[in-house]
Amino acid sequence: MEQLLRILEELHPEVDFKTSKSLIDDKILDSFDIITLIAEINEEFDVRIPVDEIVPENFNSAESLYRLIQKLQDED
Amino acid sequence: MMTRQNNILEYLENIVDVCPDKVCYANESEEFTFRQVYSCARAIGTFLYRQGHYKKPVVVFMKKHPKMIITFLGVVYAGDYYVPIDEEMPVHRIELIFRNLSPEAVICDETTKDKIRSFNYDKDVYLYDEIIKTTPDDAVLQYVFDKAIDTDPIYVVFTSGSTGVPKGVVACHRSVIDYIESFSDVLGVSPDTVFGNQTPLYVDASLKEIYPTLKFGATAYIIPKELFMFPMKLVEFLNEKKINTICWVVPALTMISGLGVFEKVKPEYLHTIAFGSEVFPMKQFLIWRKTLPDAKFINLYGPTEATGMSCYYTVDREFSEDDVIPIGRPFRNTDIILLNEENKPAGPGEPGEICIRGTSLTLGYYRDFERTNEVFVQNPLNDLYPELIYRTGDIGKYNERGELVFLSRKDHQIKHMGHRIELGEIEAAVGRMNGIINVCCIFDEDKKKIILYYTGDCQKTEVINYAREKLPRYMVPHVVEKLDVMPLTTNGKINRLLLKEKYMNRKKESE
Repeated sequence: MEQLLRILEELHPEVDFKTSKSLIDDKILDSFDIITLIAEINEEFDVRIPVDEIVPENFNSAESLYRLIQKLQDED
Repeated sequence: MMTRQNNILEYLENIVDVCPDKVCYANESEEFTFRQVYSCARAIGTFLYRQGHYKKPVVVFMKKHPKMIITFLGVVYAGDYYVPIDEEMPVHRIELIFRNLSPEAVICDETTKDKIRSFNYDKDVYLYDEIIKTTPDDAVLQYVFDKAIDTDPIYVVFTSGSTGVPKGVVACHRSVIDYIESFSDVLGVSPDTVFGNQTPLYVDASLKEIYPTLKFGATAYIIPKELFMFPMKLVEFLNEKKINTICWVVPALTMISGLGVFEKVKPEYLHTIAFGSEVFPMKQFLIWRKTLPDAKFINLYGPTEATGMSCYYTVDREFSEDDVIPIGRPFRNTDIILLNEENKPAGPGEPGEICIRGTSLTLGYYRDFERTNEVFVQNPLNDLYPELIYRTGDIGKYNERGELVFLSRKDHQIKHMGHRIELGEIEAAVGRMNGIINVCCIFDEDKKKIILYYTGDCQKTEVINYAREKLPRYMVPHVVEKLDVMPLTTNGKINRLLLKEKYMNRKKESE
């Protein structure tokens, strides 16, 4: 989780990712961020996010994104 | 008798009786027929003219929506020229644009009408929903139409400028008609065309959907911006609206192919894919081609200063992973000259600056003769009579097949996420921050990252926050690094090459 938070904070140092639950709905993350995130997660966690998991629900909070990463790591 | 078209409004005037009830412009939830577009635009034209706005810039400050396009047309009906402004643009940048324009009229919608009050602007503000209630006055509109000539401007769009001050490119009826005619031929636009618009309406890229739709009685959907974050939903939208023609920036296309969307869902109706703004990574292109083997793929190239696009290449052969897709040849009635460092035509295979000749040349930069004269210059190959060319600052060459190939930028201008960015503009903006001493930006081509180095007494997060405040989203640096000293070259300029070298070495080490 720390690793993910670091990636997120590098993108948006002004956001508190531990508490924010509506990163997409509140338009905090935009398409640039999503693309960057997918690439960074791929690199740092060595998981490929399948395209059908690239949906708003998975990107709305650091927690949901982390759950997704864990799920993908377990599947490997 | 067929007379030559001199006014872009003739596209609309000619088509409205052919298919009045067909959908012209739409988004995910609202549709506007040709008749509605026609009557709303004429209402706006009548209103503006009666308010005394004639042959003036009219700012269109609205959310991306079919109504925004209708407003553009309305502004032209009044004999004015439209200046689209991005609703998400930082206030600082908008103020710079307003200072250049001194506009006397701004058209807003419900979402922007409050924001305009925060600007330093005290002239007229009109609300779209109000002014479309005006009853169109045929006599007034006919008068304006009869007085117009084809070299009158129809829009000003602002692009990035190296000094930090955006440049307003002014284009006229003639150049736009010239472009739309040949562009439509190359794409094969017809009444059956259903466009899916991706590019913002405040750049000239949107000409591709706006005017061919009117010329042919086609249909153009504005795709919601959010869908470009979630590629599955994007392709589903294309299928739902039966979109068959797209003209997108390359990153929008590579996002779909790169994330593996095609393994789950494919565009069912898409048969024409035009792309531009950046080099299409071959690996991604091959995925697209394999997925849609019967589709027509067209590479486009061109600067805003020459009205939309200037060159095209329709993919007509197989490419392998090491190939580069050429930019091909100029559109009809446009000429490309490659000039080498001696201002002579570049020989076969020799790189040269891409220079453009023709009706497609815009009128230049708004209220900026100095910067206009730097790049709209006398053709150095002609010393017999006045003839302008536009120097793009892009370097190209002809390949062994005689096709034009793009090589690089001459200066520090970069292409990122479909936007043209002067790194100097980012530096200028951040350089204004209190406590900052020196700023230098470099661009990591592979990772598509903007890296900003600075010296001075500021925290990194302060710098990032400041950049976010002052710059459009796509210009905000991805990485910000504080340096103790800024490396300089022997003649006192910031040593960009050294910074880039350092960055690349560090990147290699961390990999």
